Amino acid sequence: MSELWEGITRAIWLVVTLDADLVEITLRSLRVTLSALVVASLIALPLAAVLAVRRFWLRRATIAVLNALMGLPPVVVGLLVYVVLSRDGPLGVLGLLFTPTAMIIAQVIIIVPLIASIAHQSLRELWSDYHDLLISLHTSQFQRICTLLWDGRRALLTAALAGFGRAIGEVGAIMVVGGNIDHHTRVLTTAIALETGKGEFALALGLGFVLIGLAVAVNLCIHWLGQTERTGRW
Amino acid sequence: MSLLPMVATGASVRRQGKVLIGPVDLRLDGQGVTIVIGPNGAGKTSLLKMLHGIVRLRTGSVSWNCPVEEARERQAFVFQQPVMMRRSVVDNVAYPLRLIGVPRRAARAEALEWVKRIGLEAAADRSANVLSGGERQKLALARALIRKPEVLFLDEPCASLDGRATREIEALLQDAVAAGTRLVMSTHNLGQALRLANEIILVARGQIQEHRSAGDFFAGPETPEGRAFLRGDIVE
Ligand SMILES: Nc1ncnc2c1ncn2[C@@H]1O[C@H](COP(=O)(O)OP(=O)(O)O)[C@@H](O)[C@H]1O
Ligand SMILES: [Mg+2]
Repeated sequence: MSELWEGITRAIWLVVTLDADLVEITLRSLRVTLSALVVASLIALPLAAVLAVRRFWLRRATIAVLNALMGLPPVVVGLLVYVVLSRDGPLGVLGLLFTPTAMIIAQVIIIVPLIASIAHQSLRELWSDYHDLLISLHTSQFQRICTLLWDGRRALLTAALAGFGRAIGEVGAIMVVGGNIDHHTRVLTTAIALETGKGEFALALGLGFVLIGLAVAVNLCIHWLGQTERTGRW
Repeated sequence: MSLLPMVATGASVRRQGKVLIGPVDLRLDGQGVTIVIGPNGAGKTSLLKMLHGIVRLRTGSVSWNCPVEEARERQAFVFQQPVMMRRSVVDNVAYPLRLIGVPRRAARAEALEWVKRIGLEAAADRSANVLSGGERQKLALARALIRKPEVLFLDEPCASLDGRATREIEALLQDAVAAGTRLVMSTHNLGQALRLANEIILVARGQIQEHRSAGDFFAGPETPEGRAFLRGDIVE
């Protein structure tokens, strides 16, 4: 009990004094996940808009695949990325295994289906609102997609935040492809797993507090976006 | 070259095995206001959407005095439930101009003129979704008129509006007519038909029952539905 207390007080101390290790790991986590988020959003959001406005023959299949991918265990994604990036794998020559880039790739694969599905839900709703008007105004497919992406920006940000939440808290895949190498690929979740295993509760808890803080911040943003969805001024 | 005459020949629309409207043979020409009347479910909305070209024809054709692609850009449609885009009031009105490549500042400046005209200046930068029913209808009308359409379709624009909002809308419509816009508008309101119509189209059971000048129609409708409308009866 007293050991736990000591761990918690030291963890708080680490956070408030901005401990160098803690800050380094947090910044790396943010860098990896934000990069993955940008790439994933660039793929998922236009895809969601296309799925909402176009009726092409592979549309249903694409939606089914996205839903199936969403259910894929992240650690399996990690395994697949590992196989592809490993020295004997198809992309082994790139030497990406155990680099932050590999972690970004894994996170992108994990959150693209999630972001695309959530975004598709809201854009389809928006499209049914806008359908008659945009048909009447004789818009091109491209204009329809741009209009939905712009007018759905709050919902899309919500989808992106959900992706961020999932990626920053994910441990299995990035442990496999990143290797949790100190000063190189160690991020919040893998560091927590390691420090806990070593019995170093203070740093593990300190990193945990940071992670919880990020998760709470993301959820507050999602909540606020939901409230201003229809009548917000930006 | 004028967009009119519009000619519909044997045009019909079907959904789920049910004929919503048609076959319709109709010629739209000249100037002024055509009012479409008829009981609920008669097919007024279907007729307007069919002529505007936003529903797929099952049979026949609707042709304008210009290529099909061009025709739609020279018309506009105000829906019964106006669509409020998730943008500010002024950006809603500016949207049709942005679509045809007018730069943002110029489009907003012109939209602002319209926003002033419809009396929503104070709400110009607010979200369109906070507007009342009458304000939404005025916004939809301004958005439809901003590209100066030659033909404007309106689907019961004053249903569920109070007298003041109706008067404001009618004033805007009369300005548009004076500027040369041809109106085709459905309504349930006998008074509105009397005030605005140059010609009347009476729709019932998915068919055009009468299509005559307003003077002739109001002097003596030929069909039971027409007589019932003039009496102000509830028509089933
Ligand atoms: N998408 C649809 N599918 C099936 N029936 C429809 C559809 N839209 C309208 N209808 C039916 O077609 C008829 C004509 O509708 P509508 O043109 O909206 O009439 P009005 O505008 O005169 O009230 C109504 O009986 C309506 O229920
Ligand atoms: Mg109707």
